[in-house]
Amino acid sequence: MSKTINLTLKVWRQKCGDPKGLFETYKAKDVDTDMSFLEMLDVLNERLIKDGKDPISFDHDCREGICGACGAVVNGQAHGPLEGTTLCQLHMRNFNDGQTLVIEPWRAKGFPVLKDLIVDRSSFDRIIQAGGFISIKSGSAPDAHAIPVSKPDSDRAMDAAQCIGCGACVAACPNGSAMLFVGAKVSHFALLPQGRVEASQRVQLMVKQMDREGFGNCSNEYECEAACPKEISVANIARMNKEYRNSILSTDSK
Amino acid sequence: MLDSKIPSGPLQDKWTNHKFNLKLVNPANKRKYTVLVVGTGLAGASAAASLSEMGYNVEVFCFQDSPRRAHSIAAQGGINAAKNYPNDGDSIKRLFYDTIKGGDFRSREANVYRLAEVSNNIIDQCVAQGVPFAREYSGYLENRSFGGAQVSRTFYARGQTGQQLLLGAYSALMKEVSRGSVKMHPRTEMLDLVVIDGVAKGIIVRDLVTGKLTSYAGDAVVLATGGYGNVFYLSTNAKGSNVTAIWRAHKKGAFLANPCYTQIHPTCIPIHGDYQSKLTLMSESLRNDGRVWVPKDKNDKRKPSEISEQERDYFLERKYPSFGNLVPRDIASRNAKEQCDAGKGVGLTGQAVYLDFADAIKRLGKSVIQERYSNLFDMYKKITDDNPYETPMMIYPAVHYTMGGLWVDYNLMSNLPGLFVIGEANFSDHGANRLGASALMQGLADGYFVLPYTIGDYLAKSAPVAKNMMEHSAFQEAWRHADEKIKYMLSIKGKRTVDDFHRELGKLLWDKCGMARNESGLKEALRRIPAIRDEFWQNVTIRGSEGELNQTLERAGRVADFLEFGELLVTDALHRRESCGGHFREEFQTPEGEALRDDENFTYVSAWEYTGVGKAPNLHKEELKFEEVHLSQRSYK
Repeated sequence: MSKTINLTLKVWRQKCGDPKGLFETYKAKDVDTDMSFLEMLDVLNERLIKDGKDPISFDHDCREGICGACGAVVNGQAHGPLEGTTLCQLHMRNFNDGQTLVIEPWRAKGFPVLKDLIVDRSSFDRIIQAGGFISIKSGSAPDAHAIPVSKPDSDRAMDAAQCIGCGACVAACPNGSAMLFVGAKVSHFALLPQGRVEASQRVQLMVKQMDREGFGNCSNEYECEAACPKEISVANIARMNKEYRNSILSTDSK
Repeated sequence: MLDSKIPSGPLQDKWTNHKFNLKLVNPANKRKYTVLVVGTGLAGASAAASLSEMGYNVEVFCFQDSPRRAHSIAAQGGINAAKNYPNDGDSIKRLFYDTIKGGDFRSREANVYRLAEVSNNIIDQCVAQGVPFAREYSGYLENRSFGGAQVSRTFYARGQTGQQLLLGAYSALMKEVSRGSVKMHPRTEMLDLVVIDGVAKGIIVRDLVTGKLTSYAGDAVVLATGGYGNVFYLSTNAKGSNVTAIWRAHKKGAFLANPCYTQIHPTCIPIHGDYQSKLTLMSESLRNDGRVWVPKDKNDKRKPSEISEQERDYFLERKYPSFGNLVPRDIASRNAKEQCDAGKGVGLTGQAVYLDFADAIKRLGKSVIQERYSNLFDMYKKITDDNPYETPMMIYPAVHYTMGGLWVDYNLMSNLPGLFVIGEANFSDHGANRLGASALMQGLADGYFVLPYTIGDYLAKSAPVAKNMMEHSAFQEAWRHADEKIKYMLSIKGKRTVDDFHRELGKLLWDKCGMARNESGLKEALRRIPAIRDEFWQNVTIRGSEGELNQTLERAGRVADFLEFGELLVTDALHRRESCGGHFREEFQTPEGEALRDDENFTYVSAWEYTGVGKAPNLHKEELKFEEVHLSQRSYK
């Protein structure tokens, strides 16, 4: 059964083009605990607009935890306190009456803030552009059954491919590292026979782009795995490092 | 009468012959042509990547921060193809027939046959891209069943098939961006179509970060902007999904076809609270193993575990023994509504039915069910705080997909030369009801395998767009119009919020033009929509300015379009005096309560021409000719 709670929200406000921002405090009264976190913000925004104030800007789209658009740091945790959950799938029953919530955007060198809780994650697209694909042209594919793929490999590739590109891993990492994101994509393809052909070149190009975007290094904090809404394993980082090492050592890469 | 340009010859040879007859653009000339693609879902991303691979220049636009976030990503269950890997009697012809029948005989035979024909290529393409479809221990691909079919032809990647297919198309698109032949414009929204001498020549877009309006000229414009389900406010669509691109193209002369064909998906999480911002779908694949039931007695408020087998009505299994829980979506939805209207609905609001997995768990074990549906069960638990492994899910129908859209011919070109429309944004292929796992198939068929051929024929017949095209007065005018509209909206400074208007419109449409429609309700909606629209233009309040990232302003523009489009939706529903697929007119039903078509008078596509805000649109008809299949009353009994 749902009930209502009262909360104090400290929300990061930053205007477009302004390098500085500040926390504003809002009271959220009679919050239905069956609401999602974003619906709680919707209700607050409707009130702000009616009071002649600027609503809080935040990215969101599918609200089903799959598009990867939403995300904020809530009380120091990317996507809030619930494991394996995006902000849109976090419901207010996970908070207590009288609680204060500090709500901030992802903070990382690779994700500049655009406005309030919205950050620019185009660096992720550029990393994929560097090599996160298999170079097959439309219409030239062999029959889908031409290459069998072992079920365990296929399942592990799927585990990695579930990444939604939300950027929580970067926000959670003290170094602002994107290695879970990149590791997941490298692993997805490296585990499949279709992806092996370009594997060596792919990992090198993607890692190079990741460094160029200003993402930090991995120091085995495991914070990324803990924050990941799809619970992607840090084993993918290890696999990426192995792929990278092998690609450097192999003779065909200069 | 509209000419759909269906090629002559036997059905199974039409596409092959047509491809041969299409004009080609010489490889060296392809780079002289620029194609503007709006939208990066399955259709847009696959089309843009394919066109770029062929050698065209492509400019791609999406309102999301990354093309990977388009709403195709949320499709759960799967994608159909006629591979017949399970050896259960499937074929191109059977997929074709099931889709025509599922669409209640209101789609074009030639289009649907082509769709079935290229379905197998899609699976090949996606596997080659590294899409991790479910596999058996043999290493070969696994299939499952979906509604409206008696074969297993659905390929899937856990409950995230749309995500994996979209990431495949997105990776192909990113590959082409890195090659330099695709220029990607994320966080950019199309505000108008530029038409010169009746030919689509460009678009006006707004940069959603800076607010800047820019014109783009191109040799062809491809709209892949999805469906209009959010006209109902509550739907399973993403919050950003909107009608703006196709509506503004419609206002520039493109015909909008069959807007009243809206799909209400039977298995969604029921509505809860006034603050509800969207509805969440539970994949149709759940009906493979879940059994739908309500208590036999009215107003039975006991817990489901306290209701014995004898006191339950498995109404789909009872009424449709041969398809059981796997009847098509429109039928499953209407039956759920019928039970709830009869007072047998469950849950707090009485607007829900049970979807029960107890038998499947007993038969197959919890681990098998977990493997098939764990992400769906987890999502259900997060939202409702109930555990579907222990207690039945509660579900209710919700707006999910829209079969209507811009009218296109066999080449996927609208009545405006140079304007192509693909994926959910067009009206083709699904008739009055779409079968499960067919949206992904159509989006990718259009983008990978149909449009790249047909657009070449159009381009081959026209000279590349002139460099100074953007100086044409049509561009200036469209730019000025978009700018003025934004400034005017901001100047209203009224009392009601954008969402408030959207909710009011949505509720009206759901009540009067939702799962069941009748003449008096539709007429009432037609009276009330203009009043809501007038108030919007006098009393809406939007904070902030146009020269910045302003999400309220973005929503206001979309809601303004919904307020115009909604009227056309209702007009179409009123005009179609028959029931078919997702369009159920209460006046037209069989004694058993099934949809009753009027083939004599309504075997046509209604394509509407815009004549002005609030003015009656002109109707154009495309006769549907059935040469291969025999029109019959759909039966799933």
